[in-house]
Amino acid sequence: MRIPVSWLSEYAALPADLTTEALDAALVDAGLEVEEVHDLREQVTGPLVVGRVASIEELTEFKKPIRHCHVEVGEDEPRSIICGARNFAEGDLVVVALPGAVLPGGFAIGSRKTYGRLSDGMICSARELGVSDDHDGIMVLAEGMVGEDARPLLGLDEIVFELAITPDMGYCFSMRGVAREVAHQLGAAFTDPAAKAVEHPATAEPPHPIRVETEGCTRFTLRAVHGVDANADSPEWMAKRLTQAGMRPIGLAVDVTNYLMLELGHPLHAFDLDRLEGDLVVRRASPGEKLKTLDDVERALDPEDMVIYDNTGPLSLAGVMGGESSEVGPETRNVLVEAAHWDPVAIARTSRRHKLTSEASKRFERGTDPALSALATQRAVDLLVEYGGGTLSEKVADVDNRRPVAPIELPVDLPSQTIGVDYDRATVVAMLEAAGCSVEGGDVLTVTPATWRPDLADPADLVEEVARLHGYRHIPSSVPRAPAGPGLTPEQRRRRRVARALADNGFVETFTFPFVSRERADELWLDPADPRRDAIAVLNPLDTAAPLLRTSVLASLVNAVRTNLARGARDLAVFEEGLVFKPAEGWSELEKVELPVSERPSDEAISAAIRRLPAQPRHVAAILCGQAGPDGVEGPGRQVDWADAIEAAEIVAEAAGAKLEVVQGELAPWHPGRCAELKVEGEVVGHAGELHPEVCEALDLPKRTAAMELDLSAVPLPDLAPAPVISHYPATLIDVAVVVSESVSAGEVEAALCEGAGELLESARLFDVYRDAKLGEGKKSLAFKLALRAGDRTLTNEEGVAIRDAAVAVASERFGAAIRE
Amino acid sequence: MSNENENQAGLVQPEALSRAVKEAITAVEAAATIEELAAARSACLGDKAPVSLARRAIGSLPGKERGEAGRNVNAARGEITAAYEDRKAVLEAAEAERILREETVDVTARAPRRRAGARHPISAQMDRIADLFVAMGYQIGEGPEVELEWFNFDALNIHPDHPARTMMDTFHIADGDGEYGSNMVLRTHTSTVQIHTMLTQEPPIYTVAPGRVYRTDEVDATHSPVFHQTEGLVVDKGITMADLKGTLDHYAKSVFGPDAVTRLRPSYFPFTEPSAEVDVWFTAHKDGPRWIEWGGCGMVNPRVLRACGIDPDVYSGFAFGMGVDRALMLRHGITDLRDIIDGDVRFPAGLRVEE
Repeated sequence: MRIPVSWLSEYAALPADLTTEALDAALVDAGLEVEEVHDLREQVTGPLVVGRVASIEELTEFKKPIRHCHVEVGEDEPRSIICGARNFAEGDLVVVALPGAVLPGGFAIGSRKTYGRLSDGMICSARELGVSDDHDGIMVLAEGMVGEDARPLLGLDEIVFELAITPDMGYCFSMRGVAREVAHQLGAAFTDPAAKAVEHPATAEPPHPIRVETEGCTRFTLRAVHGVDANADSPEWMAKRLTQAGMRPIGLAVDVTNYLMLELGHPLHAFDLDRLEGDLVVRRASPGEKLKTLDDVERALDPEDMVIYDNTGPLSLAGVMGGESSEVGPETRNVLVEAAHWDPVAIARTSRRHKLTSEASKRFERGTDPALSALATQRAVDLLVEYGGGTLSEKVADVDNRRPVAPIELPVDLPSQTIGVDYDRATVVAMLEAAGCSVEGGDVLTVTPATWRPDLADPADLVEEVARLHGYRHIPSSVPRAPAGPGLTPEQRRRRRVARALADNGFVETFTFPFVSRERADELWLDPADPRRDAIAVLNPLDTAAPLLRTSVLASLVNAVRTNLARGARDLAVFEEGLVFKPAEGWSELEKVELPVSERPSDEAISAAIRRLPAQPRHVAAILCGQAGPDGVEGPGRQVDWADAIEAAEIVAEAAGAKLEVVQGELAPWHPGRCAELKVEGEVVGHAGELHPEVCEALDLPKRTAAMELDLSAVPLPDLAPAPVISHYPATLIDVAVVVSESVSAGEVEAALCEGAGELLESARLFDVYRDAKLGEGKKSLAFKLALRAGDRTLTNEEGVAIRDAAVAVASERFGAAIRE
Repeated sequence: MSNENENQAGLVQPEALSRAVKEAITAVEAAATIEELAAARSACLGDKAPVSLARRAIGSLPGKERGEAGRNVNAARGEITAAYEDRKAVLEAAEAERILREETVDVTARAPRRRAGARHPISAQMDRIADLFVAMGYQIGEGPEVELEWFNFDALNIHPDHPARTMMDTFHIADGDGEYGSNMVLRTHTSTVQIHTMLTQEPPIYTVAPGRVYRTDEVDATHSPVFHQTEGLVVDKGITMADLKGTLDHYAKSVFGPDAVTRLRPSYFPFTEPSAEVDVWFTAHKDGPRWIEWGGCGMVNPRVLRACGIDPDVYSGFAFGMGVDRALMLRHGITDLRDIIDGDVRFPAGLRVEE
């Protein structure tokens, strides 16, 4: 909403010394957000004056006709000015930009030689001055003093505030509403523009027959003017205000409806009375009906749409936009002015259904003042007659289905209790009255909101009015004392530890959008039956190529790796912690449970409703590529590999307080031979290893890129840990090498050794893998260092050997492992 | 033999001992290396050394002379040993010094042995905010990102015809046939956590919920379809808007520095009444001290309390929601939001935010 200050000052008695900043502050304090302040005085800088064309010399020797003029600008001698336009005559008053002036777009006016003559200034068009889009050549003024500043005549002496109006302040889509707020903030007098007209009651005979057949139309008023020049130029003051408010003057009838909409906030519509056939009918549309609206779009009407008809069919999409067939045209002589009040929800739905927002629908869907309908039509016809001639019909139609505004009970101390400011009774009443409410009662006030405030429905709404109009700046600052809290939950602490541990170990945390393409599952080499292909889809994705929600963090984290590679990075180690989305089993077949808002839904209803939500476990994933350390003075760097990915998982598990079991696995997108399955307490919680070469190829990742992903939500929280037993006796170290076939993994052998060695085994560490023809085809030797220790004695060599043999016995029984001497 | 004894007996004479000591000290001190010192030691203190021969000669002396001769010989030997030890310490120190010098490296010619990792500034910032409120006794709330419309809208008093429910702002989840009508959305604000919290906890409730939210805004320098918010919710007896103001003041100082102050501007949100926009003034802004828009807040709308089974006649509450990304941009002078969201590792690595 654009608010020219001079227009505002007609209804709010602004103090003479009011600065732009003070007015800005008053608007903001009222809850009217100032988006921009346009100072039109700065639109044209330098000398811009009224001139009189003294003489015109036609120059014909050039490709196009050129005029050499002498223009009086209040100086001793007229100025010599060259002009290409021809729509003015000697004696006309024009707007002259003198050398030193700068027009919009940085166009600086100078004194220069052109077409063989001196051009000592410029005769301006409305377009060049940025006053309107008028292409019709030079602006010829109706009045003005030669040599005086032309800005006031052009409306360029104005400051215009551009406001953002919140949905609850629909009444501030008008000068009337904004002036009321500003007057209150500044303690200035307010003059209601609605008082400019008197409401006439409906006459027995309407100006045009009208039937209202739908509940959504609360009021419908009509007035008519006969023999009016509907396309006359609007008076300059009206055209100027429309322009400043951002609307283009078109012709008197349309301009008057727009002007009153801006002034009063009540949209109006002008019909060409002669183009109406038969009674006007207001009803909901019938299926299959079509209407071509003024924006030249043919619209299929919905049975919920409210429409105005005549005998020929739909005329107008009520409260949203008129139709072509009945609009005021060049021949219009008889005008029917309509002002109606519509159900805001119905207008909002029609507006959204047809993706059609208009100045009218914007106001109706926030609620207009139904008390103004008849006044607005009266004002409209008064203005039409004043500036377009014609005869005002005495007939008045006023279909009035208004219901009285329901009063609200407000305990007089509720504002103080809610806000924390001690408002006395007088203040509460004064503020509510300033909001237009009528107030009665004692300790509990009976408050009837103004007709223009449909947003005031609850006591809380009235509390806001008291606080807002009294001023939020009076609200003091206090800090409530919360009960002693338990701090972060164990899961929250664990999540932080995991992220910090990865960061401390050289991984950079990144965020990726969880949106992935349908092709990503193929790029990740997922099996056709892989459950990770079952993904939730976004109906309206920004990128139609990426409509799915990720089912693994890796699926989107690869995007961050690709971004970094594209920017020249080579060695990367990144991680992300975030949710993945797994559709609930058969969710789309489950009943959609409607939950109430007037009371708390039952627990059964809530759990039935949320069954349809996807499972959203928190995963952590990491990707590594390039070198773990760069080539340098100490020699070549080490290439990252599958083991780095497993170590990343171990960092996570350690930070999470979980013991990670690593076993041989096989799962996309990993290399089938270089994939570790990660388990905690026997449950699979993730995978790590080298990515499948085809995946690297499909996603343009470097060869041998390594990755891991863990379902953090599936990792159980650690139990309260018993303290370790610290033995004070030395450890006995025994090496053991066993020969097994290639298919047996070191991890399995180690597990067998640990089991066989029993409680006295402190640790077992693989230190050599050896292959040799002497061992036999498909065999390998695995050498472990066993550390043995007892809590109560130093173990003897014999005991050590016995434990080693027991360890080997289990491995031997399980894998045919032979001890290698 | 007796001649020899006589010669050896002469060695125990004080003059001879004194000469032997003097010669030995000269030899020890002349030793320039550990090896030369070892040779000198064997010459001065070895079996053939004068003091060693003198000790052996003591036995051949008359009994009454033996005591004194023994003491003299031991004193001489002690003197030589001390000189040797002194020299040895000097030479060993010199040797150690030489080895250390030889081992000198260029400490600036070095290859890094670990990768530099980093947490994302957004996570660090959210953790820090969580810590601030945990210190005040709050709990940290959570909720899903794919959410039922009821939690994202209806329960927050955003009726079905509210503009925020149209396709313009909200990512809708496709139903089983890929059509509209799943009743699920990607949450557009962390206010959903208010509802989860109030449905599962009895007042008093003091909760802060940092998290990811989604809106259908194309990526540009100030917009992203995925961003982060921190939601606050307090429901207790006697909670006022002054409590909200004080809490925001405290919060602002933690995020924007000790000189930060806030102001409330009347505004509108369906789930709060009264509602306000919060501006914060702080000095660390890259363009100098100024007011900037920080977030939205208000007193929890009694309709929201009722939908969650909390009696608005007994309890009142406040709620606030701030953009984390925006605050980070303002505080650190980041001019392009894309730096925060596009996954470039140089951003977290280059912007260390105190956790």
